[in-house]
Amino acid sequence: MKNKRLDLSYSQMKWETVFRRILIVMSAIILVLVVGVFITLIVESWPSIKSLGIGYLWGKVWDPVNNIYGAYPFLLGTLLTSFTALIISIPFSYSIAIYLGEYNPKGWLSDLLKNTIELIAAVPSIIYGFWALFVLVPVVRSLETKIGVAPYGVGVFTASLVLAVMIIPYAAALGTSLIRMVPSPLKEGAYALGATRFEVIRSVILPYNRSGLFAGILLSLGRALGETMAVTVMIGNTSAIANSFKEIFFGPGNTMASVIANEFAEADHTLYLSALIELGLVLFFVTVIINLIGKRIITRYTNN
Amino acid sequence: MDARIGVRNTKSILFKSLIIFLAFVVTIPLIIVLLYIIKQGVMQVNWHFLTHVPAPEGEKGGGIANALVGSILIVGMSSIVAIPVGILAGIYLSENPGTKLAYYSGLCVDILQGVPSIVMGIVVYFWIVKPFGFSAISGSIALAIMMLPIVIRSTEQTLLLLPPSLKEAALSLGVPYHRVILKVIVPCGFAGILSGIILSIARIIGETAPLLFTALGSNYLSTNVTGAMESLPHLIFTYATSPYDDQHDLAWGASFILLMFVLILNIVTKLITRKWKIQL
Amino acid sequence: MENTVVSATNFNAWFGDNHVVKDVTIGIERNQCVAVMGPSGCGKTTFLRCINRMHELIPEATAKGSLKLYSDDVYTMNPIYVRYKIGMVFQRPNPFPNLSIYDNVIAGYKLNGLKMPKADLDNIVQKSLTSAALWNEVKDSLHKKGTFLSGGQQQRLCIARAIAMEPEVILFDEPTSALDPISTSSVEQLFHELKEKYTLIIVTHNMQQAARVSDKTAFFYVGELVEFDDTKQMFTAPTDIRTQNYITGRFS
Repeated sequence: MKNKRLDLSYSQMKWETVFRRILIVMSAIILVLVVGVFITLIVESWPSIKSLGIGYLWGKVWDPVNNIYGAYPFLLGTLLTSFTALIISIPFSYSIAIYLGEYNPKGWLSDLLKNTIELIAAVPSIIYGFWALFVLVPVVRSLETKIGVAPYGVGVFTASLVLAVMIIPYAAALGTSLIRMVPSPLKEGAYALGATRFEVIRSVILPYNRSGLFAGILLSLGRALGETMAVTVMIGNTSAIANSFKEIFFGPGNTMASVIANEFAEADHTLYLSALIELGLVLFFVTVIINLIGKRIITRYTNN
Repeated sequence: MDARIGVRNTKSILFKSLIIFLAFVVTIPLIIVLLYIIKQGVMQVNWHFLTHVPAPEGEKGGGIANALVGSILIVGMSSIVAIPVGILAGIYLSENPGTKLAYYSGLCVDILQGVPSIVMGIVVYFWIVKPFGFSAISGSIALAIMMLPIVIRSTEQTLLLLPPSLKEAALSLGVPYHRVILKVIVPCGFAGILSGIILSIARIIGETAPLLFTALGSNYLSTNVTGAMESLPHLIFTYATSPYDDQHDLAWGASFILLMFVLILNIVTKLITRKWKIQL
Repeated sequence: MENTVVSATNFNAWFGDNHVVKDVTIGIERNQCVAVMGPSGCGKTTFLRCINRMHELIPEATAKGSLKLYSDDVYTMNPIYVRYKIGMVFQRPNPFPNLSIYDNVIAGYKLNGLKMPKADLDNIVQKSLTSAALWNEVKDSLHKKGTFLSGGQQQRLCIARAIAMEPEVILFDEPTSALDPISTSSVEQLFHELKEKYTLIIVTHNMQQAARVSDKTAFFYVGELVEFDDTKQMFTAPTDIRTQNYITGRFS
């Protein structure tokens, strides 16, 4: 028995080292993946970066047939849809956060709401897009006829609506945890001075969480910027910029993600393809930076 | 003085009502969407629907068997890759929190989580499709990369919550490090790790963008993972935007099936966290 | 000497630059129950953990000097084998929550992949639980998880788990400080029986406990081994003034 144990202990030491090495390799794989993504994006968009230069970003014409590429229409579409979606969703997200974090943190109703919100995030985006195409678009179309705009139905506005619903859960979940973390003594101090519930929320809870709530906005924004499928189905796929803001907003357009999704398969020459990839590169940078800033703020928060 | 308090109290009540209203109003779009999908989709689903491939364009009938089998195969392959890598990386991060590798790797996990799915799709296109052609495998890899951050973070967080006395007890019995992790730590964190895995599956089963240029789609039922393969979300996308009503019908049915999958997976996750949590 | 189980000669230990165990020389004989006491931060727990090489598992922890199990230097032996021979019981009872009571007792075998016939394992379980005075209380629930056991029972389960490995020495790191008085006395009673087969080294914060259970006592102060003597002698007529001050409660 003793010898058996002695032998076993030696072979196990070997396996220990093997295991530790495997763990290191697995972590390193993640690093390699990210570096690989970055390099691939740069390499494949290099032809476009080289020949079109920085002017690409504000070029207003996208005409693959004549080999003219300008990213401005897509930047516009992306920013419009994302920020509109953000503005629409934030009041709802933070109402949920205040309700679940402060007014009703426990209990069956709160669980029900929490689960419903999580469900919103769980539904695949293509399903939102598909539903919106058949249900929301006709509604928007009749709305557009009423306000006197061309009744496309699809377009920036419709896409923003769907996007708004889809991104609600992100800021809501974050906001809920942050609001729950406000220390009781702080709130109790305010109540003791005779503040109403609303005043405590407005003057204590929300300011306490200012940067965290901002991080929530960033995370929702990051999600909106990267959303592809629902927007692709809703946005109308037009790369030309209309004349008035009203026409742009209520008319069809394209986002960086949707133009890639729509035209990638058709890109038959190098410059066309690499111009699309360059959009992917820009999208990559923007979403990654926004997400990282958001996460940094949160970690600094939860460590304080 | 009294009047002021009255006004302030009213404000507080109004505010609360506004908050409650806004919070619960959000459930309406969800309910509308769910009910609509269920209504349109449930009519489509029958045995024929599940076992046949789509009929040629313009013809009635057919089913989504190719997409169903395709989704199962693709997601299965992604899981086989992403689960071990994710769990092991998560173990590393929870066991070595101070190291440089942990810092940069953790940073990369956060970055990976934020990468838009379409970007992931085109990158994998260049990595795998360009040299080897369209394949279900390439789609699986794109999806696996998207699964990784979820599995890694949930593993890491589950393990960090375990008390260090657990490891100490095992080590003091002469148990070597790898067995301590694999036979004590991971089993004790099983519920959390499993829910992370199921959540990541629920997430990618509905992803379309990464599959657009990798697994593509196909009208044929195929189990050849080195070739193009249809999947539920891709079918929905293609048929939703097609001009044919019959294809719309198929897309509704597929949406219903996909939705049910996602719902069931989410419910299962909740049950696991509730029931299997090991009392520490 | 054949009879000296654990011996340290000029043994030192550090946490990074912090010199926590300073030049300790001690010889512990077989079948003795040795109490190690001293104020907080005096290095007693660190020294204990060096004996079964648990100390080095903490990052930046180092040790130097000779620490022997019989005539073999513990630091040249395979650390896994060291821990087979020197068991440990911790301050907070830590049975494995995912294993049944039966599996907890033989955890040292099961987790290590040491295959044994079931009859032998049954035997080990019964013997260990009996030596830990827990057999009668759990013999009908061996295959349940131990979550229903009280603190004292859980600690005795941990003792059974250590005993099952048939060690030479069992180290105890403040084994009763997390237990209520009744559980404490049931564990203390065990010490008298256990020392017939094993050598026990018990770090304790509780002087009265040291006086109750041990044959010899070592007094640590600021990392040094100040005095090591028969317990009776130590508590009635200590040689060093620091020991005297500690015992009379000048500091704790």
